[in-house]
Amino acid sequence: MWEYTDKVREHFFNPRNVGEIPDPDGVGEVGSLACGDALKLTFKLDDKGNIKDAKFKTFGCASAIASSSALTEIIKGMPLEEAAKITNKDIADYLGGLPEQKMHCSVMGREALEAAIENYRGGSKKKRELEGKVVCTCFGVTEKEIERVIHENNLDTVEQVTNYCKAGGGCGGCKGEIEKIIERIKGERAKQKTVSAPVKGQSLTNIQKIQLIQQTINEQIRPALRADGGNIDLIDVDGNKVIVALRGMCAQCALANITMKDLVEAKLREFVSDEIYVEEVKDTVDWQGR
Amino acid sequence: MKVVYFDNNATTKVADEVLEEIKPYFCDLYGNPSSMHTFGGQVGIKIREAREKTAALLGCDPSEIIFTGCGTESDNTAIKGTLTAHPNKRKVITTRVEHPAVLSVCRDLESQGYTVVELAVDKKGRLDLSELGSNLDDNTAIVTIMFANNETGVVFPVEKIAEMVKSKGIVFHTDAVQAVGKIPINLSKSNIDLLSLSGHKLHAPKGVGILYVRKGTRLAPFMLGGHQEGGRRAGTENVPGIIGLGKACELAMHNFDQENKKVKSLRDKLEKGILAKCSDCMVNGDTESRLPNTSNISFEFIEGESILLMLDRFGICASSGSACTSGSLEPSHVLRAMGVPFTAAHGSIRFSLSRYNTEEEVNYTVEKIPPIIARLRELSPFIKK
Repeated sequence: MWEYTDKVREHFFNPRNVGEIPDPDGVGEVGSLACGDALKLTFKLDDKGNIKDAKFKTFGCASAIASSSALTEIIKGMPLEEAAKITNKDIADYLGGLPEQKMHCSVMGREALEAAIENYRGGSKKKRELEGKVVCTCFGVTEKEIERVIHENNLDTVEQVTNYCKAGGGCGGCKGEIEKIIERIKGERAKQKTVSAPVKGQSLTNIQKIQLIQQTINEQIRPALRADGGNIDLIDVDGNKVIVALRGMCAQCALANITMKDLVEAKLREFVSDEIYVEEVKDTVDWQGR
Repeated sequence: MKVVYFDNNATTKVADEVLEEIKPYFCDLYGNPSSMHTFGGQVGIKIREAREKTAALLGCDPSEIIFTGCGTESDNTAIKGTLTAHPNKRKVITTRVEHPAVLSVCRDLESQGYTVVELAVDKKGRLDLSELGSNLDDNTAIVTIMFANNETGVVFPVEKIAEMVKSKGIVFHTDAVQAVGKIPINLSKSNIDLLSLSGHKLHAPKGVGILYVRKGTRLAPFMLGGHQEGGRRAGTENVPGIIGLGKACELAMHNFDQENKKVKSLRDKLEKGILAKCSDCMVNGDTESRLPNTSNISFEFIEGESILLMLDRFGICASSGSACTSGSLEPSHVLRAMGVPFTAAHGSIRFSLSRYNTEEEVNYTVEKIPPIIARLRELSPFIKK
């Protein structure tokens, strides 16, 4: 059971400003059904450029609905320039705080507002498009967005980043990258090390190399495949040639070649050796059981 | 406010008869059953009786019952104990819809180098037994497949699976935590080698479970220490828990058919009532082969936690497979394995009944739900008006 503040509960049970403004000046849509929450924000300006009215429609949990309601209350009557400065923290503070794992709801509110303002200022796009490099492919979170939540909320662990913007909450494959972003921004090592990254081998014996390959598959590659119902087996290692078999959903996947190159080979090169190349065996017989 | 408790797959009320039975074992009869004196010894006798009662419900010999601390411990012991006893076999077969008590163990084993096969389910949550058949081989140490699913209530053809697995000489374990007391189980006529159950799912206290181990099954102990449970599970017995579980099993046996018939008719009434009054909702899982007490319904375009909180205001307790309720960001692994679309998975609600539920509670809930669903859909951007 989540511990919501009275204010969150109040805004959930009696949300303000529900609906859509007909012929709005700005529309912002963020999230999706797949992500588990989505928010559509519309606003109308008066002739002085103040937000005259704002309405929302939200699919999501109690804190998502309460955050949306709070957002509309905060921005109503506000000059647009001022509204543009609102952060997710403002929304969470307005509600007397949100559970740590629900902070992403407040971020969604800020994102919707940003998208709506962008829409008003000339862009015709209603859907927010991803800008820059996508770090978390499960939830479509960009490096820019991750940097922003770290800055605005003074975050220093990967877990916090996941709570605030969902990045890293799916397969977990991008946790290493998130950690690097935190390190870069904080200028120090992240306080909690959540991912054990094997040290790339300098001169490895055969046994060491095989062990490192297996470890990399177990820790770095398999979790990502697992998230899509797939799996991978290490079949053999011959010099720098690593032979693997894709299982489950991955075996039938039309994108299997991309998986092999972009994920399996890339991770093995990152953690084991730059000279590694990967080959896939197509036979479906379970090798270990033969 | 009156509580309407439809979350019995999470845990159940301790039966009044059970509570009465265990009361003396805290302050009066607090002896250690291993002691030599009569004061402790009389407790040992009660534990023997409890073992006999649980064996009677399962249709097995009392010597095949090991009392454990919980269902999770039983699952861990069954899987890891079997692997330790068969060190040359390196493969485990399970399903994608198991409880975390099994699935997490298997995934941990995988990271230790074991081969783990997770069998898929179809959109109704059913297994393809030919997939199981083609995976059984000499390297397989154990097959672990749940009896009934905790989220959807779907019952697997466990007897048939056990037969298939047994014919290859492989150990078969089933997590029957949700099944015991709800559907008939007779171990004397089955090929199940290991079976887990949990006390608090059938009106006994929390903190006690059972691992059934068929005579002749090789299993390494998980907890080492004293000689309790014949050396198979060390640690001083949870005396009140065990005695309570014995009583709960006796109660479950008593009027088994009649009570489950009543629960099923209430569940059906609740389900039909909700489906008739709400649009865009569907039942998850195979309704042909399902526990009598469970109903998992998806309400499209809205989110489960919001529904639960609104129900909570009316004292109605249920649970959800939505991402938001678990603290994770992904919806239920069971519904995802079944290919339930995201539109429906996030809005899934599980109602699980017990013999203590009444028709009045069902009527009350059927009345309260439609306005809640309508209210949340008004808020949803995915409903076009």
